[in-house]
Amino acid sequence: MSLTSQTSPAPVALSAPTEAPPVRRGRRPFSAGRLIGWIVLVAALVLTIFPFYWMLKTALTPAVDVIRDSGSLFPGNPTLVNFARVLGFLSPEEDRAAGGSGASINFLLYLWNSIVYCTLIGCFQTLFCAMGGYAFARLRFPGRHLLFSVFIAALMVPGIFTLLPNFVLVRDLGLLDNLIGMVAPSLLMTPFALFFLRQFFLSIPVDVEEAALLDGAGKARVFWRIALPMSRGPLITIGLITVVWAWKDFLWPLLIGRDESVRTMTVGLGVYLQQSPNTQPDWTGLMAGSTLSVIPVLILLVFLGRRIVESLNFTGIK
Amino acid sequence: MTTTLRSGADAGVARPVPAVRRRRRDDRRVASLFIAPVLVGFVVFYLYPSIRGLWWSFTDYSLLGEPEFIGLQNYTEVMQDGEFWNSMGVTLYYVVSNVVVQTALALMLAALMHRLTRSVVLRTTLLIPWLVPNVTVGLIWLWLLDTNLGFVNHVITAVGLPAVGFFTNPAFSIPTISVVNVWAFTGYTALLFYAGMLQIPHDVYESASLDGANEFRLFFGITLPLLRPIMALVLVVSLIGSFQIFDTVAVTTRGGPVNATRVIYYYIYQQAFNYFNMGYAAAMAILLVVILGVLTAVQLRLLRASESQLS
Repeated sequence: MSLTSQTSPAPVALSAPTEAPPVRRGRRPFSAGRLIGWIVLVAALVLTIFPFYWMLKTALTPAVDVIRDSGSLFPGNPTLVNFARVLGFLSPEEDRAAGGSGASINFLLYLWNSIVYCTLIGCFQTLFCAMGGYAFARLRFPGRHLLFSVFIAALMVPGIFTLLPNFVLVRDLGLLDNLIGMVAPSLLMTPFALFFLRQFFLSIPVDVEEAALLDGAGKARVFWRIALPMSRGPLITIGLITVVWAWKDFLWPLLIGRDESVRTMTVGLGVYLQQSPNTQPDWTGLMAGSTLSVIPVLILLVFLGRRIVESLNFTGIK
Repeated sequence: MTTTLRSGADAGVARPVPAVRRRRRDDRRVASLFIAPVLVGFVVFYLYPSIRGLWWSFTDYSLLGEPEFIGLQNYTEVMQDGEFWNSMGVTLYYVVSNVVVQTALALMLAALMHRLTRSVVLRTTLLIPWLVPNVTVGLIWLWLLDTNLGFVNHVITAVGLPAVGFFTNPAFSIPTISVVNVWAFTGYTALLFYAGMLQIPHDVYESASLDGANEFRLFFGITLPLLRPIMALVLVVSLIGSFQIFDTVAVTTRGGPVNATRVIYYYIYQQAFNYFNMGYAAAMAILLVVILGVLTAVQLRLLRASESQLS
């Protein structure tokens, strides 16, 4: 229900300036309650941002200073050397001199792997689920209701249940440490994306498509030429959500893509932490790597933040 | 409104317009093409593994060789496995502490935003922790809460208290992980609540405040009751999501200290990939499916109850 209740494409929604500002009308007099409310909101904002600031601060701290600077709010001698070494720009000797272990770490490669992983999944899954969702919403064929309910039942199954057999399947196919094996389970569909897009197609009026049908266009043509272009907003939204989920993926790529050549950011970070030779992990390197995993998210937010934020009400529930 | 649109859409396809009807026969061909990719994906990576997992749960399977049928033995062993119950207890502890705190905080934030501001920047910022990989979240907090060098312990020792082993002290480790994930997911949950609050008609608030209701009355008298359906859905999702916690544990404590944070997902993972007891792991996964199914059913019943109460 609430999944379809707000299907107007994001730009029309919520925060358009034309919308009546519900509270502010006729500015209320100052009140202690409102002040406290604002203090809480600002506190939440600070609590949200501070850990990221601390991450960045540590990433900019030379490894030799990490203990001395661990209590101060600013890096004493800010440096980019941590980024250089986790990106694999330094030779092993230079790396050790900068506080690393000299072991090869190549977050540039992991970053690239993650981007490929997310892009493949985001594009293909969205396309295939749009096709499938359209078929379930608009096309008539025997057994479509039954089939759809079976698909939806899969929404309820926790990931680990299919993860074990899927691991064995990918292994038996010889696709371990292979990008194809890593993306395969999410490439064609997830029940959520299919459900989301089917609900979307159900909620848009059929008039335009019907007119095209009456003009003699085939159903497939109507989909490609009319329905798909009309749905740019929701397609981008679901694509973004898929990309973000893929970006956050850890357990699956950890199982399938341990090898350095296909290692993603999250797996790279996990492995790097485990490999830390000392009892004291290489915090500056880890925080530099963490920063690298946050930057793409921030870039996404700068360009598409409003769309993501406003999509949340009609993607509704997860 | 949605319902009219939806039934309109269905009727549009079914309506006996001659041109459309003549094409109907073609639908089967087009539809099979359109459905083929998702169908293949579903059968190969959802249906087949589900059946296979179910089968394994009745076998002894070490990842090498063939699964060997042993009947219900895995299930009876799981039932007697103290470590399984321990991990279920740990998971439950985490789920309850996480979901309760997170829901309460998110409700408060959402209500404040709803009554005070429409700022997109604020909402986007609150969402960042949710968009960042859990692995990154775990690393950042592992560092912030480090016993010797972590910022939080610098603050704690500065006020004269002893440093706290947030991740290393068994008594603190689950609450710590719980708080870390509260940090990661509260903003997202708050935005879901906030979106729900925006659907409450504005004049309800206006007439109530004209009647002299203060903000607390408005929240408990209007916002909370009218938000119940959405709250129920969000709770279902949070609960199911929390049960599946893995990444944060895998990064920060790896189940330790002394299994204090070995949640069910992590235990299944260990049985499958460290001890190679695939059949045993599959049986536990099935039990998890059942538990989550029951929980969802119960919660959805509650949701339906609250809906009928509203209308």
